[in-house]
Amino acid sequence: MTASSLKPAANSLRAAPDAHGHFGIYGGRYVAETLMPLILEVEAAYEAARNDPAFWPEFDGLMTHYVGRPSPLYFAERLTAHLGGAKIYFKREELNHTGSHKVNNCIGQILLARRMGKPRIIAETGAGQHGVATATVAARFDLPCVVYMGAKDIARQQPNVFRMRLLGAEVRAVENGSKSLKDAMNEALRDWVANVHDTFYLIGTVAGPHPYPKMVRDFQSVIGREAKEQILAAEGRLPDSLVACVGGGSNAMGLFHPFLDDEGVKIYAVEAAGKGFHTGHHAAAIAGGRPGVLHGNRTYLLQTADGQIKEADSISAGLDYPGIGPEHAWLHDVGRVDYVLASDKEALEAFQVCSRLEGIIPALESAHAIAFVLREAPKLPKDHVMVVNLSGRGDKDIFTVASALGVKL
Amino acid sequence: MSAGRIEQRFAALKAEGRAALITFITAGDPDEATSFEILRRLPAAGADLIELGVPFSDPMADGPTIEAAGHRALAAGITLQKILTLVRRFREHDGQTPIVLMGYYNPIYSYGVDAFLRDALDAGVDGLIVVDLPPEEDAELCLPAIKAGMRFIRLATPTTDDKRLPAVLAHASGFLYYVAVAGITGTASADAADLQDAIARIRRRTKLPIAVGFGVKEPNQAAAIAEFADGVVVGSAIVGIVAKHLDQTGRALPGLTDEVAAFVQSLAAAMQTSTAKRQTAHA
Repeated sequence: MTASSLKPAANSLRAAPDAHGHFGIYGGRYVAETLMPLILEVEAAYEAARNDPAFWPEFDGLMTHYVGRPSPLYFAERLTAHLGGAKIYFKREELNHTGSHKVNNCIGQILLARRMGKPRIIAETGAGQHGVATATVAARFDLPCVVYMGAKDIARQQPNVFRMRLLGAEVRAVENGSKSLKDAMNEALRDWVANVHDTFYLIGTVAGPHPYPKMVRDFQSVIGREAKEQILAAEGRLPDSLVACVGGGSNAMGLFHPFLDDEGVKIYAVEAAGKGFHTGHHAAAIAGGRPGVLHGNRTYLLQTADGQIKEADSISAGLDYPGIGPEHAWLHDVGRVDYVLASDKEALEAFQVCSRLEGIIPALESAHAIAFVLREAPKLPKDHVMVVNLSGRGDKDIFTVASALGVKL
Repeated sequence: MSAGRIEQRFAALKAEGRAALITFITAGDPDEATSFEILRRLPAAGADLIELGVPFSDPMADGPTIEAAGHRALAAGITLQKILTLVRRFREHDGQTPIVLMGYYNPIYSYGVDAFLRDALDAGVDGLIVVDLPPEEDAELCLPAIKAGMRFIRLATPTTDDKRLPAVLAHASGFLYYVAVAGITGTASADAADLQDAIARIRRRTKLPIAVGFGVKEPNQAAAIAEFADGVVVGSAIVGIVAKHLDQTGRALPGLTDEVAAFVQSLAAAMQTSTAKRQTAHA
């Protein structure tokens, strides 16, 4: 990547956010005054880094030799034949070091933390994928690391908790509120406010105060840039559609962003419908929420009539969040991306179908994207080319899935 | 801006040579009726200004004490609308004591900024402290509030250096709230000498009264700060008394409001002793 590749034309959908971090009415910097000077410092440091000719070669080098990029674009031949419609490709982010797309962003941010001279790293995590990726880069760069994780998520993601500890991170259980991702983020913000002088908050998704949504998207856009080159090589043309799951939405933004100006490419983002959208127990911020302010940005939020944030519900810990990144909120409003739903039940089915047909055990998060494919691909013509982001591997989920299927391990 | 209750109160205190005791309670904790009783008794116990906390599900700047109070109040059914009703009822008894609502932006945004400002002013609210609205987001609420006649109280913190201070002071009104520690409410306490330096530094840049809060738990701490600040905010220590006087189901035990009033009296009494020692650095 070069600095110039990050500068789209002014009328482009890729030009947002503005200088204040606004994507339309979304985004912004809604944080306590204590944090504000540091947020401005992060912004200035990121702007300096992205325009520094020395920054990207180091990032790219680590992507190649440490993460294992480029990740393959794989033709899912048996799934395609099974569904009898669209031609399905998987962008294999689950093959990255640490097993998901999360590491792309972590490499970028840890390089920034080092440039800023911040000796301590904190992070929040839901499924533990971001926590593992953060613990990994913290180990690699020899920085102490504290990961906040909801007590409910600690219980359902034990393998990742153990991984983080093996990597030398301290995992702190968060017992407040819904004991999941949103509460972990609250606690990480509290830590940051008390330790601004020496701490870098390595946010794991395209949310939080500006510049995080933009910065995380830029680091994750490596997914879409590679996918574009790879599909052009494989098919000689752009795909007809893109599909990714969304919680906060970093894997989706990473895949989508380089394609936003390509009008012929339809884009689908799959929100978690949990126990079913109609039950109210879900994590679909776009489908079931309205604009509000939380965790430093304005975006769609699940909330009560009185503006209190509701608890989300999804079998997938990584999607179990009552909000969504502000750029997604804007892309929904302007109609560029279609936000669709997949339930726990559909994701469980997709998890098994993908495992059996392709020999790939997907993360429960990614299984939501595959669930949409199972539903839609059969209705599409055989020359419809669809790229699906396989954002993570499912080894971490086998206990959850076994329990949902009534199997004792 | 014509003088409102906040300006009148600080002017009167200045004439007396006294610093303001600013008490924070969480509205609706542990229930509406008890919360109203606590509120009603604060001025007689010695509170000069009142901060009424507006509960939020995700209070990122608060420590466990105030977070728990907010969750108790929400569980008991408090809403922003009911909080305005509490203020309206308070105003039937007390037309002078300034009331400032303190909380997070989303409940106000959800209510609607214009409707909220109209209803809050009408209920008798004098000012707002909104933790997650820094100067960068002034267009959201700060500027409309000032236009409507509501004071917007700004927070300055140990991270607000001289470069940042002008931005913080630009649209500040009512008084300035100095957050004594970089951290969350109710945890660490600041060193008095550091605080004194910080207040002196800010005083060179503003004529607004300066109140100090975060980590002030004991009457003697309040008294020490009252020697150089224009106001002292005590929050978690008061809210903690509410928490200690609940039965196992979270209902108020007899004597709760007496205990709160007694603690506020002890703060006010301790601060009286500082009056003589108050420095006259601020002309």
